[in-house]
Amino acid sequence: METVMTDLFSKFDPLIETRRSLLATGVTDPFSLVMEKVLSPTTAICSGRETILLGTYNYMGMTFDPDVIAAGKQALDDFGAGTTGSRVLNGTYAGHRAVEEALKEFYAMDHAMVFSTGYQANLGIISTIAGKGDYIVLDIDSHASIWDGCKMGDAEVVPFKHNDIEAMEKRLRRIPEGAGKLVVLEGVYSMLGDIAPLKEMIRIAKSYGAMVLVDEAHSMGFIGPNGRGVAEDQGVLDDVDFVIGTFSKSVGTVGGFCVSNHPKFEIMRLVCRPYVFTASLPPSVVATAATSIRKLMHAGNKRAHLWENSRTLHGALTKLGFKLGTEEPQSAIIAVIMPDLERGAMMWEALLREGLYVNLARPPATPAGMTLLRCSLCAEHTAEQVQVIAGMFERAGKAVGII
Amino acid sequence: MANSVDRAATAARIAEVIEPFNKNAIAIDETTSFAGDLEWDSLTVMDFVAAIEDEFDIIISMNQQAEIETYGQLIDAVTKLQG
Repeated sequence: METVMTDLFSKFDPLIETRRSLLATGVTDPFSLVMEKVLSPTTAICSGRETILLGTYNYMGMTFDPDVIAAGKQALDDFGAGTTGSRVLNGTYAGHRAVEEALKEFYAMDHAMVFSTGYQANLGIISTIAGKGDYIVLDIDSHASIWDGCKMGDAEVVPFKHNDIEAMEKRLRRIPEGAGKLVVLEGVYSMLGDIAPLKEMIRIAKSYGAMVLVDEAHSMGFIGPNGRGVAEDQGVLDDVDFVIGTFSKSVGTVGGFCVSNHPKFEIMRLVCRPYVFTASLPPSVVATAATSIRKLMHAGNKRAHLWENSRTLHGALTKLGFKLGTEEPQSAIIAVIMPDLERGAMMWEALLREGLYVNLARPPATPAGMTLLRCSLCAEHTAEQVQVIAGMFERAGKAVGII
Repeated sequence: MANSVDRAATAARIAEVIEPFNKNAIAIDETTSFAGDLEWDSLTVMDFVAAIEDEFDIIISMNQQAEIETYGQLIDAVTKLQG
């Protein structure tokens, strides 16, 4: 009998074709940009040209902070390039404990657990705490790491319409008596930059006896009186059972974490597979993270300037006639809605030619099949840079015919 | 069959719920596939599932949705979930 090999890659054919036809228009590939040199948190050399960075999530500009860099260099010298081991075996150094201490202080919580990425923090915590017979109720626009955590666990997964309080409550009400319940929310939804009505949602979740996990990846460092995020800003942080966060945004390096006041939280270190079966973060990374987190506790002026930048750019783009993801600035993310992928890619390229980098976001990462130019502001963007950015958007938007 | 009456009643209610979602007026029978025949995008699927859940006051989790490919399977699942 003749053996026929099924090409496992044929499932990717539609995407390969979409990509081929987009690149055939002559547009620069938006997903293979290389930063040849990074000059500061807000500028880099891309294709030989100095480019303003407006799509890095480097909200607080900590990547080049002198204290942060010095701490990383010292740790490289003292502890070497990597740990080559899991946190539960040979991979816990003094620095890993120190960064967990810094997180506990930052959030004023009892427990902190650091993962090698933010993705793994959601993957690990969600898949481990919600098991067979439990229910996870989550916002339909949740990040991929949340969905993947749901898929990896064995819980029943029940999504509700984005930020729809009533839809969430209906689903909680219908869960069978006695089942374990986890409600998963985000402080800032990173595609449109909108925030969640956490106060009301958490109140309802608690009234149905659910535990609550909030991903504050895009709010840490600048939302809330102490930069603890949207839950703090809305006065409900004490009712959140698990806060998930990342080092790859405001903190300025890489890594993920969960902080919690749950009295049994420490057992997670033994049962959470994405924590156990991964090498821990390099010593230099945890040293930079700990230094950065401690500096973020006292970053009131930077926070104020970041908000100013966000308001200024939001106002300028609205005035120019762009369609934005939110009517008023709710975070440091401003999403500019493009009419379609082709014009989105053209606009992205026109901005790059102007010397501006933003994120091109497209389905399936985006809600409702939208193509977005996602801008994330930095506390280190100067007021002048924000004006320059608005001018670039105006010229590029007119050249592409979007405004 | 003990619940054939339930199934018929359920089918009739589902037929009413699905109507506004069937924008291309495709003829639907028990073998109609949601992905293949109705070609709904993920948002339409979510809104439709929510409408069915509200109509019958039930939960159809993502795990259960993965098992439902045809209209007939939906009627079976909803009939069972009401029990």
